[in-house]
Amino acid sequence: MKTLIKNGRVVDPSQNLDAVMDLLIEDGKITALEKKITAKADDVFDATGLVVAPGFIDLHTHLRDPGLEAKEDMRTGTMAAAAGGITRVACMPNTKPVIDSAVLVDGVKERAADVGYVHVEVIGAITKGEQGKELSEMGDMALHGAMAFSDDGHYVDSASTMLLAARYVGAFNKALICHDIVTEFNKEGFMHEGAVSALIGVPGIPSIAEDIAVARDAIIAKYTGTHIHIAHVASKGALDIIRKAKKDGINITCEVTVHHLTLTDEACRTYSTATKVSPPLRSWEHVEAMREGLKDGTIDAIVTDHAPHAPEEKDVEFRYAPNGFCGLETSVGVILTELYHSKLFTINELVNKMSTAPAKLFDLDAGTLKVGKNADVTVLDLDKEWVVDSSKFYTKGKLSPFNGKACKGKAVATMVDGKFVMKDGVLCKK
Amino acid sequence: MAKAAANLSGKDILDLASLSVDEYELIMQTAAEMKKIMKRDIKKVPSLRGKAIINMFYENSTRTRTSFELAGKYLGADVINISVASSSVAKGECLRDTLMTVEAMHCDAVVMRHPVEGAARYAADILKPVVLNAGDGAHAHPTQGLLDMFTIREHGKNFKGLKMAIIGDILFSRVARSNIAAWTKLGADVHVAGPMTLMPQDIEALGVTVHKRVEDAIEGADVVDILRIQLERQKKGMFPTTREYARIYGIGEDKLKLMKPDALIMHPGPMNRGLEISWDVGYCDQAVIREQVESGVAVRMALLFLTLMGGKQIENAN
Repeated sequence: MKTLIKNGRVVDPSQNLDAVMDLLIEDGKITALEKKITAKADDVFDATGLVVAPGFIDLHTHLRDPGLEAKEDMRTGTMAAAAGGITRVACMPNTKPVIDSAVLVDGVKERAADVGYVHVEVIGAITKGEQGKELSEMGDMALHGAMAFSDDGHYVDSASTMLLAARYVGAFNKALICHDIVTEFNKEGFMHEGAVSALIGVPGIPSIAEDIAVARDAIIAKYTGTHIHIAHVASKGALDIIRKAKKDGINITCEVTVHHLTLTDEACRTYSTATKVSPPLRSWEHVEAMREGLKDGTIDAIVTDHAPHAPEEKDVEFRYAPNGFCGLETSVGVILTELYHSKLFTINELVNKMSTAPAKLFDLDAGTLKVGKNADVTVLDLDKEWVVDSSKFYTKGKLSPFNGKACKGKAVATMVDGKFVMKDGVLCKK
Repeated sequence: MAKAAANLSGKDILDLASLSVDEYELIMQTAAEMKKIMKRDIKKVPSLRGKAIINMFYENSTRTRTSFELAGKYLGADVINISVASSSVAKGECLRDTLMTVEAMHCDAVVMRHPVEGAARYAADILKPVVLNAGDGAHAHPTQGLLDMFTIREHGKNFKGLKMAIIGDILFSRVARSNIAAWTKLGADVHVAGPMTLMPQDIEALGVTVHKRVEDAIEGADVVDILRIQLERQKKGMFPTTREYARIYGIGEDKLKLMKPDALIMHPGPMNRGLEISWDVGYCDQAVIREQVESGVAVRMALLFLTLMGGKQIENAN
């Protein structure tokens, strides 16, 4: 099977490439990337006027499978990814049961191979059951292909446990992904502490809850040399700490979510549970800082933190609603609208933060269109105008703070292992 | 006085920020009429005959619930109280289902008290009947704000340029937020003081002046609103002891001297005597705490009448 993607603007940061080229794919691999390919193909995709990029990678998703299928499952979650132009997702281990042993890592991988539309990387838990007490079998999980380890959803409260984890996992050259918000503050508060929380009376979470946690883990990264990756950084203070740590040569990286780059706590004024998330949506000052951090390289990757919930779980009073919302089907549109068309970022920068850079962070054999590599491709129409309609989403958790948003720019085709899984917004039969 | 140009027919009363000054005025004028009805021997008028009002209280309350109940009954409505001991979550039925059940019984107004911010708005988004917020978490208590406004006006004070002080637990207080919203809108100069652990971060954004010392907040004040201290705040460690609170933040006779001689002392009740307010200040000539309760019924009668009957005249009340 040969597929030819013709005449697209190939943007591949892994090769410093931005030129109109043809891309030939044979049996799942990229076999040629040239100005003009004349070889006959079974399928020709005309990419004239479109951007052809290495497949987008989302390092932070919750596919909820196994055990929480009312929120999402492997099939619907990866369908949402394919629809959104994302070829590879890493899924967090806070499922039921928590992914804290090699047999569970295998289970998720098998399920992904069976029903998944895109590649799935498995993140194992740092501690058994994400309880923050005893280390899980990270070595065994690493040998079974876990990408990294995280107790996402929870801060590892104990500094000594965190130090043990960082020391232990170093032997396997794996990273710890840290959900860094000091737990005590998170229990008492439900949104960003600031002018909006003062106005609407919802108890606030001070942004320093994040800064304090990040400072501790930067210190642990320095002491152990272990790669620490800060999940969904959202506070200016935390970002400043990471910036300084990177400058000092500490092995620390971080990611930012689409919503922390584009929304503020003003969105919470209506008490819509579609705006409730952890870390909370913060004030404009923090959003601006995130954009600066993305620009200057402090932030390595853009993620969704796709965290769907069942409708009845979110259809409650603000305080009682669980944190999180879906994001896989909106990330490309929102990022292109808010960061590309606003001229803040070039398309090369954005493709890097959504594909090449995240692959590098965790040594994934992806994020590139180099000849010989797996053919994971995201095709973008930078100027396509569309309106987010969450009722049409593939994800089960349809509540989105971006619902109704007018976007410019969309992924119009997604290719995984040389096969299109989405074309023109329609999923291809699995 | 000319009738204020506003119409509250069918409008949900969720907070004071979303009401206009004209709407305040209409409510104040109507409440003055209602106060006359309250003072009659036979208080019952048929203005809301055939209307059903449901008081849904997800949090304990005696005075607000009784006040709403009497307000409805004085106007001839049928009033039912539903006490929901615990939150919807603990009860097992979600709030949406409870609200839809109530609506299916064809009530005309739902008065709701709820421990969580935004619950009133959530209810209003679902329900066709009018929703009157009787307090939602730390967000808003609009009828308390309006009864405070009515009481202050009854004393000839008209907000613009007046120094108003709110003292105590601002952080968890829906009363404070409601009064800040209304008083700043009416052009008053609003000052707040209390333990800094009970002061919201960035509260200045609401247009108030924050003081570390109570004395500075109340000096030369025209109105001093003393908030109730919930004793569980101390148990949660928000301030060291009730003794220290009383000594530093409590309003006693000594602090009275700092205010204007005719300053009004207000308190939403119930009072913790000897904690946020001393025994003698609670009973002093300037204290209008019992008047606030009276105003509460009048204001709630006005709101029920205006939202349920709109622009129609009060049945030849006079």
